[in-house]
Amino acid sequence: MDNMPNPLWCFREQQSAEMFLDDGVETVTSVEQKKVEKSIQEVMSVYKQIHSLPQPTLLREQHYQYLKKGLRHLSDAYECLDASRPWLCFWILHSLELLQEPIPAAVASDVCQFLARCQSPTGGFAGGPGQHAHLAPTYAAVNALCIIGTDEAYNVIDREKLLDFLWSVKQPDGSFVMHVGGEVDVRSAYCAASVASLTNILTPKLFENTTNWILSCQNWEGGLSGVPGLEAHGGYTFCGTAALVILGKEHMLDLKALLRWVVSRQMRFEGGFQGRCNKLVDGCYSFWQAGLLPLLHRALYKEGESELSQQRWMFEQQALQEYILLCCQNPTGGLLDKPGKSRDFYHTCYCLSGLSIAQHFGNMDNHYEVILGKEENRLAPTHPVYNICPEKVAQALQHFLRMPVPEVSRQPGGSGEDRPSDAAAASSSADLQS
Amino acid sequence: MQSVHHMLSKSVRREAAVSLFFLRLHIPDPQIHPYNIMSPTVFYRKEWADLEPVPQDDGPNPVVKIAYSEKFSDVYDYFRALLKNDEKTERAFALTADAIDLNAANYTVWHYRRVLLQALSKDLKEEMKYITNIIEEQPKNYQVWHHRRMVVEWLNDPSEELQFIADILSQDAKNYHAWQHRQWVIQEYKLWDNELEFVENLLEEDVRNNSAWNQRHFVISHTTGFSDPAVVEREIQYCLNQIRKAPHNESAWNYLKGMLQDRGLSSQPGLLERVLELKETHCSPYLLAFLFDCYEDALENIAQKEKVEEEEQKETLRKALEICQLLAQEKDTIRKEYWEFLGRSLRNKYGNGTLSDELHPTNVLVI
Repeated sequence: MDNMPNPLWCFREQQSAEMFLDDGVETVTSVEQKKVEKSIQEVMSVYKQIHSLPQPTLLREQHYQYLKKGLRHLSDAYECLDASRPWLCFWILHSLELLQEPIPAAVASDVCQFLARCQSPTGGFAGGPGQHAHLAPTYAAVNALCIIGTDEAYNVIDREKLLDFLWSVKQPDGSFVMHVGGEVDVRSAYCAASVASLTNILTPKLFENTTNWILSCQNWEGGLSGVPGLEAHGGYTFCGTAALVILGKEHMLDLKALLRWVVSRQMRFEGGFQGRCNKLVDGCYSFWQAGLLPLLHRALYKEGESELSQQRWMFEQQALQEYILLCCQNPTGGLLDKPGKSRDFYHTCYCLSGLSIAQHFGNMDNHYEVILGKEENRLAPTHPVYNICPEKVAQALQHFLRMPVPEVSRQPGGSGEDRPSDAAAASSSADLQS
Repeated sequence: MQSVHHMLSKSVRREAAVSLFFLRLHIPDPQIHPYNIMSPTVFYRKEWADLEPVPQDDGPNPVVKIAYSEKFSDVYDYFRALLKNDEKTERAFALTADAIDLNAANYTVWHYRRVLLQALSKDLKEEMKYITNIIEEQPKNYQVWHHRRMVVEWLNDPSEELQFIADILSQDAKNYHAWQHRQWVIQEYKLWDNELEFVENLLEEDVRNNSAWNQRHFVISHTTGFSDPAVVEREIQYCLNQIRKAPHNESAWNYLKGMLQDRGLSSQPGLLERVLELKETHCSPYLLAFLFDCYEDALENIAQKEKVEEEEQKETLRKALEICQLLAQEKDTIRKEYWEFLGRSLRNKYGNGTLSDELHPTNVLVI
């Protein structure tokens, strides 16, 4: 039984008044913004003409075929992601789990074996077999394995070596480099906190000073930057905030300023989110930005905020769903940044993740849904910290919490080739056990 | 072939051997394949004959298997061989350039190139030229900027940086990596002197460039700071001028608020009045939000005064709630949920004009 179609947000009478006002001062920013708005307007108007009764449809079957194929074979256009293959596994598996499409056991096992080949002998996962370990593919691999959620998957992860790897990229100021000899930015803290918490290798010592480093990334705009001093940016804001949630320190942010910044990133005309102030809408920010609202809702609630809604996140959920369903779907499968752009698995993952966030309010105890269009558009809920389904988070935590936290065998900040003295190793083990 | 070999003349045998030799190395035999026609992507020379290429170990049932071109497979098969042998030679160094050209995001290759730069004592000035070209081609890649940073550090020579970054920004004024590199160079080598001027020029070109506004904040907070009242007044003036020119530029409003929020918006005398003036002719959702923030800050301060001006507090609260409603219902409806929450929050905190918050029913925590 389909819902009575809600009037579409984008067809409201006042919608044209929401278009960008350049005050007669044309700059690159205003010209680009107006171009995008015009193309969105065209998409909306075509849709209105074709459909007398607007019921945006998620193209499930097309997306499923696109994902199913990509999990096995990718064209040479993907050579540029040859150092990100665990990401491809995560983006595709997560998209399939959101679509509630089962992963055949044989495929799941093949993914496990492949990711095992991506695991570095010194710990952590690399972008492909034989490459060096890097926090981003490590995050992706652990998430992908948790989505699979079999013992075979969990057993791929060498927890002791993973902890060694995290120590090897830890910096004295609390930050992490993305890989040995690599760059620092707030993504690394999120990747480290995510994998450490899921696999139960997290200790306070590992994240010493990390909280303060992340906090120093919150800037005058209210959002967070990649490193202290830079512009607030949706991807980095998500990473920093989610990392702090994992560390239990999110209350140390200026939550009100962060809330103001993120809600201001929803585009009044397009309905989707931009990554930074005065930049363009992009489907992937449907997750990085909108995903912050559940995190902030919970954080404010924990701080005693009594006036929070019990039904909705603090962003326009319907407008976001419309942007994704009307503007971000490729008719032959896959999702994308904005009309005119090509599909890819990254955007497929994050547009669908954002759609899920926009559809589901609350948690297991209090759950309220807003499904635009047919009931079949409904996706599985996603966990706003890890961005895998909440059941998979719970299952992984349950599995790994039964195991003891490994003892560290390396000192922080080294390349892994430094050998600590026995005394130093012994005293750091004692710290971890407390 | 072997069975008829003895029947062929010496010169023909030599020719055949040469052909086979080339074929084993996957090189187009120049006798048979004129340059570039058959396999333009394959390029190996006999200098590589001693090295056995290492194919990628994807396992028996690969997933996310990329259909690499022949050249890609070749280059990376040899790269894996070099890595395996930990080879530190000129040819290895040359190969990293090919590997990078095929996938500039392969951080393992970049790391190896840096190892080779040191091991072979390569000319770092030449490397600067190389990385300059690569960044121009691929300015949105993490690895290329990180590599440049390493080379600049090794050379301890930032002299080209500001100009180079300016050039990249002239092509994309918001490139995040470029700004990150710029901030690193400026802080590391204390190159603050001309940066405010650089920022102002960018804002002159595009007053909506939020990265430039951020850089403005960066420069000032690391030089004069925002405590000096003369600086703050100058910045307020600057903001209001930009707002007068383009009232719907969110960046200018965000900067105004961001600069003042630590001290409190009501700490700046006369500002509220100046904004109320602008409301008549230069209104925008951003102006209204700023007014709301002023009223909220005022309420914060009123609450702290011993003698509570109940009428004053009530009036300020009324004005704040009025703006919330205006924004939620009409001027900023995309943020309706947010403005309504703020309204409820404010009413809960300052409503009913009571000092004794603990007696107010809506302060009971929802458990």
